Amino acid sequence: MIYEVSNLAIIIFLFIVGLVLGLSFYFARKTKSASKYYAAGGNIHWAVNGIAFAGDYLSAASFLGICGMIAYSGYDGFLYSIGYLAGWVVALFLVAEPLKKLGKYTFTDALDSRFNSKHIKLAASISTLIVSLFYLIPQMVGAGDLIVPLLGLPHWIGVLLVGSIVILIVATAGMTSTTYVQFIKGALLVVFSTILTFYILNHGLSLTPSENYHQFLRTEAVITGGTISRVVDPSYQIIKTISTDNQEFAQLEKDGSLYWFHVTKQGDKAVLDEMLHMTTLADGSILYNGEPKSERKFYQVGHLSKIVVDGQEVTETGPLGPFKFLKTIENSEVVRFSKKSFPDGEAKVTVWYQNVTKGKDVMKPGLLYKLSKAAGATGWDRLNFISLMLALFLGTSALPHILIRYYTVPSQRAARKSTIVGISAIGFFYILTLYMGLGAMANGVLDVESSNMSAPLLAKTFGIGLFSIISAIAFATVLGTVSGLIVASSGAIAHDFIDKYLEVEMTDKGKVKAGKIAAVCVGLFAILLGILFKGMNVSFLVGLAFAVAASANLPAILFLLFWEKTTAKGIAWSIVVGIVTSIGIILFSPTMWDKYGLVPSDAPIPLDNPGIISIPLSVLTLVVVSLMTQKENLTKTNK
Amino acid sequence: MLHEPAAKIETDKAASKKAKLGVKMFLFYTLVYAGFVFIGLTRPEWMGLEAIGELNVAIVYGFGLIVLAIIMGFIYNYLCTKMEDEMNKH
Repeated sequence: MIYEVSNLAIIIFLFIVGLVLGLSFYFARKTKSASKYYAAGGNIHWAVNGIAFAGDYLSAASFLGICGMIAYSGYDGFLYSIGYLAGWVVALFLVAEPLKKLGKYTFTDALDSRFNSKHIKLAASISTLIVSLFYLIPQMVGAGDLIVPLLGLPHWIGVLLVGSIVILIVATAGMTSTTYVQFIKGALLVVFSTILTFYILNHGLSLTPSENYHQFLRTEAVITGGTISRVVDPSYQIIKTISTDNQEFAQLEKDGSLYWFHVTKQGDKAVLDEMLHMTTLADGSILYNGEPKSERKFYQVGHLSKIVVDGQEVTETGPLGPFKFLKTIENSEVVRFSKKSFPDGEAKVTVWYQNVTKGKDVMKPGLLYKLSKAAGATGWDRLNFISLMLALFLGTSALPHILIRYYTVPSQRAARKSTIVGISAIGFFYILTLYMGLGAMANGVLDVESSNMSAPLLAKTFGIGLFSIISAIAFATVLGTVSGLIVASSGAIAHDFIDKYLEVEMTDKGKVKAGKIAAVCVGLFAILLGILFKGMNVSFLVGLAFAVAASANLPAILFLLFWEKTTAKGIAWSIVVGIVTSIGIILFSPTMWDKYGLVPSDAPIPLDNPGIISIPLSVLTLVVVSLMTQKENLTKTNK
Repeated sequence: MLHEPAAKIETDKAASKKAKLGVKMFLFYTLVYAGFVFIGLTRPEWMGLEAIGELNVAIVYGFGLIVLAIIMGFIYNYLCTKMEDEMNKH
């Protein structure tokens, strides 16, 4: 997709990035000790920390990823909102206060507080690093996606830009600046998402999303001997037809240009519907709807084909209340754009065909995660659903960059209160995601190349000013989250591994310096990963980070807090098993098979979300190893 | 070389009672959450049924889980603060 770049958008973007950097440099002058660098000195006010929790948590995955997933897959995207929020219950009721009491700077400190074990230090620092890297990938991908329409620059420059700015932020100021950046960003995100939702409801729903929305062509063809032989419109010539996964596509030629149409057979006739199509030629060049990208023949899509209000079909609704909006979509019909890829000689063709979907199917689970037998759900599909919901529920309280925020407040009471402020802000935002996602689905703003841009592009239909602010906030969202993740990662390397595990003698200043060097290295690696994973939905990627965190870290935290027989080796081995099994399953999953350029259905493990296997395995390992090493526990206690 | 907390934490006599309350509230919420997953797995068609104010079960249950977490958070904080004030008086 090619976007018009606005000067206003650039000015607002530069202003917000400048604000973030200015704040960082201001706090940099105050960051002289390791305590200030890793835990903001432990004296952040609970209300500020609570909103900063929201800032940390409402990452690119929440704003860009969930809204995009809802825009493409309806309610199934909202499952992420439900799961992400529910995870905070585990954090509040079980983890927040005890963890505050146990730790100093990092998640490893807390796990190791009872044992002083080298095994735990090593396993937990590696786990922190891996989970943070998994979480970093989607943030960087989201940053790249944002830069394309905002500044008109290529994806990789966006990734490079966010990586460089964050390295600068973290390498200068650490947790204090990260906290205040998250506070401002979290507050702005909730406020402007509310404003965007107000615009969506006030605008209502219409069969014509905008004046310049592309009118998709529809023509008919004659079927002879089971295949289409002739197009009724004589200006089109049939070149070929291709069938894949129960869908048939026809390539037609008109005025020297080639187009792909979706074929729906109806008796001895066929209806041909225009599609979006992208052809990657043998020489690597790409054609968009048969033309080079510069010809701007690739359109933003997403519309309703039927609107029903109170039993009456209408062409537009006018302003709607929040519940009426949801009910109207449920009663109407949505045109989604489903993706299929197939080879065409030496070229690779990707098409997005119109998929008319009943509103009632959009408003309940099932479009992405097949659940009913009627929809062809298999046992693996159901297992995928349970696995996702389990990982989302258990993952939040195992994310190192969230856990370290408990060390920035002065007391356990403050830790609890800040969690509740965080839950309230985050919960309210997640309710808004349903409106923003459905709004994008119905308002002709979807860029089929990246689902991540649905919410910002929706804002663009309500004015370039709103789009600029929302995009700049989204970029700041990425900056803030990546800052937090890099602080957590640098803590794992410099504090947990170099200082505590290797026991390298360092002064307090030396520790801060080691943390900053580690931050630069992690930042550079994150830039590379962000470029490699371009095009994937960021919320899906974060879902994987949750699964790894829930498998590797949560059993260790909960058993440490609630089971006296837990041993150091039990914790260390459960972390190792959690990491290995969750990442192993992900690497052999259908999604990664697709990423490798292989056929997804050939993947050795037909499961995209590993939690259902890796979490119980990690728990089992902890229990078995702990019971086997009780003698060590007793020896330690007697000493 | 154990890892002391970043900020000095005072002794909390209410810690054990708060932990028990936390576990109870966690189990209650987990049951409600599991109910949502269970319906999705075993009776997915129920998700489309009309529930309250013309909204379907999926929407009411989904919004309900989010709102319930917030309400339970406030209740938990109220009860914990009360326990702390009473038990840590002296």
